[in-house]
Amino acid sequence: MSGNHQTLALLLFSAFIAVTLAITTWVSRNRHGSAEEFYAGGRLFSPMENGFAIAGDYMSAASFLGISGLIALFGYDGMLYSVGFLVAWLVVLLLVAELVRNCGRFTLADVVAARMTERPVRIAAGISSVTVSVLYLVAQMVGAGSLVALLLGGTSNAARSWTVIGVGALMVIYVSFGGMRATTWIQIVKAVLLMMGATVLTVLVLVHFHGNVNGLLTSAAERSGHGLKFLSPGLKYGGSWTARFDFISLGLALVLGTAGLPHILSRFYTVPTARAARRSVVWSIGLIGSFYLMTIVLGFGAAALVGSADVRASNPAGNTAVPLLAVVLGGGEGSAGGTILFAVVAAVAFATILAVVAGITLASSASVAHDLYASLRRPGRKQHSEVTVARVAAAGIGVAAIALGLVAQDLNVAFLVALAFAVAASANLPVLLYSLFWRNFTTRGAVWSVYGGLIPALLLVLLSPVVSGSPTSLFPGVDFQFFPLENPGLVSVPLGFLAGWIGTVTSPEPPDAAKHAETEVRALTGAGAV
Amino acid sequence: MEKEAGRDAAAMRVDDPWYDALASGWGELDGAGGFMPVGPPGPVAPQSSHSAADIYLEVQRSAVFQDVRRRYRRFVVPATLAFVVWYLAYVVTAVTAPGLMARPVAGAVNVAMVAGLGQFLTTFLLTGAYTRHARLRRDRAALDLRWETQEMTRGIGR
Repeated sequence: MSGNHQTLALLLFSAFIAVTLAITTWVSRNRHGSAEEFYAGGRLFSPMENGFAIAGDYMSAASFLGISGLIALFGYDGMLYSVGFLVAWLVVLLLVAELVRNCGRFTLADVVAARMTERPVRIAAGISSVTVSVLYLVAQMVGAGSLVALLLGGTSNAARSWTVIGVGALMVIYVSFGGMRATTWIQIVKAVLLMMGATVLTVLVLVHFHGNVNGLLTSAAERSGHGLKFLSPGLKYGGSWTARFDFISLGLALVLGTAGLPHILSRFYTVPTARAARRSVVWSIGLIGSFYLMTIVLGFGAAALVGSADVRASNPAGNTAVPLLAVVLGGGEGSAGGTILFAVVAAVAFATILAVVAGITLASSASVAHDLYASLRRPGRKQHSEVTVARVAAAGIGVAAIALGLVAQDLNVAFLVALAFAVAASANLPVLLYSLFWRNFTTRGAVWSVYGGLIPALLLVLLSPVVSGSPTSLFPGVDFQFFPLENPGLVSVPLGFLAGWIGTVTSPEPPDAAKHAETEVRALTGAGAV
Repeated sequence: MEKEAGRDAAAMRVDDPWYDALASGWGELDGAGGFMPVGPPGPVAPQSSHSAADIYLEVQRSAVFQDVRRRYRRFVVPATLAFVVWYLAYVVTAVTAPGLMARPVAGAVNVAMVAGLGQFLTTFLLTGAYTRHARLRRDRAALDLRWETQEMTRGIGR
């Protein structure tokens, strides 16, 4: 890439950092430092603001870079991500958003702990929330790394590592100083930028083909080297039955994972009522749906205009398909239009990564401080305020995510995100649904369902071809692969539900009818909601 | 859809519970759709001896609450089943019947494309249907119950 690319992209990106730091300073100018303020931004965002922020939190670099890249490489099979990521919002809208808003205060554990013995449930839910968040953070860090590799010529490993470290440092600043209020505004700005960027590129792709979608698909199929097979399922997940089950597993994880993501759940607490939470989800479904429709056009566009071979040559996982497409759409390598579009796309993707990373860090620091620290601290020792602990936790999580992000640099971003979704669907969703809808659910059931989903999900990933035993895995040199699927969802999600059920029916304590009544009444009416 | 949501958001400042709660005066127990316990009326229990747990149990047993819950479940259970089955059918068909999915519909567009875009469409439609149902059939009764329950639990040590 030429020097112009770099200069302009870095300029735009610096501008975004300056704006977001200004937002952080502005909103924290008279902060009270209360937990309400830090975790939930005072709960006074409007549904539209929150809808944009949810969309900003959700549409990660994985979507923008990863999904389009997968479509550019594998055609139709990449589209499953788009479909799954959107349909998942129906689970959130119908079963989770309003009820969680009514029952909880800051985290997922609040909802469950209200019915149960608080300490073990909080610890379990806290651990699984932090695990999911860290996995998701790693994906974003990898996205940042590969973007910079492209920006700076793809050779400098040091530059890649420093980017990951820089992104981590910035997110700690946003979160520690600005809390939820700053994070929310950063999400909103980012969501607007991302929608505009994606819209411009989509329009350019369609204009290039004179609005002829058929022409776009046909030339995508031609340039992909796969012919018409490119447009139907089976390229990536066809072939063996293992690959086909992997596809089903992925589909399950995508659709059930969203409702268990801690950073999405915590967004519902930033609006005053359940009704406002519902309206925010409607806004975000509109935004997210149109965005994923555009990623499909961009993916096929990249296949048609850049060519699958060139995409693969630039980044084997496909993460750089959209920036490459931008160069072509702007008039090709070296042209002014290409330089500008490339810079804009790179800056938007970077903004996306920063914003998502800030949102996840905030949610996981809330889990550490509000769930783990509050349950584990020893009485008699010096007490720190929860918000102080959360600020420190943000830094700790930042360091962990940076370290893991440096290790996992060569995996596809969308794929890494799917792993986080699988863990969320296995560990967080069963306990959440049981608590909200099952009268006889008990403390033991809650604890078992969290660990019964979390531990198998992590173990199966560890024993999968992702980690060892195949040329593309994390440690290609060793082979302790045992589980054939890359995505554990198909096995671990049912296990999470099963463990919760077994724990409940074998429970020595009877279910607490009064607590269930309280949860149910509060969930459906909002009585006593904060 | 986004347009509609926008209009709603604009109107929301007026009719959102959060904003009109304090103005409208809460706990108008004798209004239409008021709170009426089902089951044995029983001796008149002095309100002050109730614990918060008793109140929530009592509200849970009331006809109004059961009606709200029934309306919620009647919509959500079939809707959830429908979209989960439709989504799983889509995913499973993609891996078990690639021949069917590859069948052309018009030009380069095949069955798989139509099914994928169909998922987008049904998601948007179901979102619209759910919010409409909640707004028309559930919100008012739930809000009344909320204030009544809060009125009853006020001042009780929990």
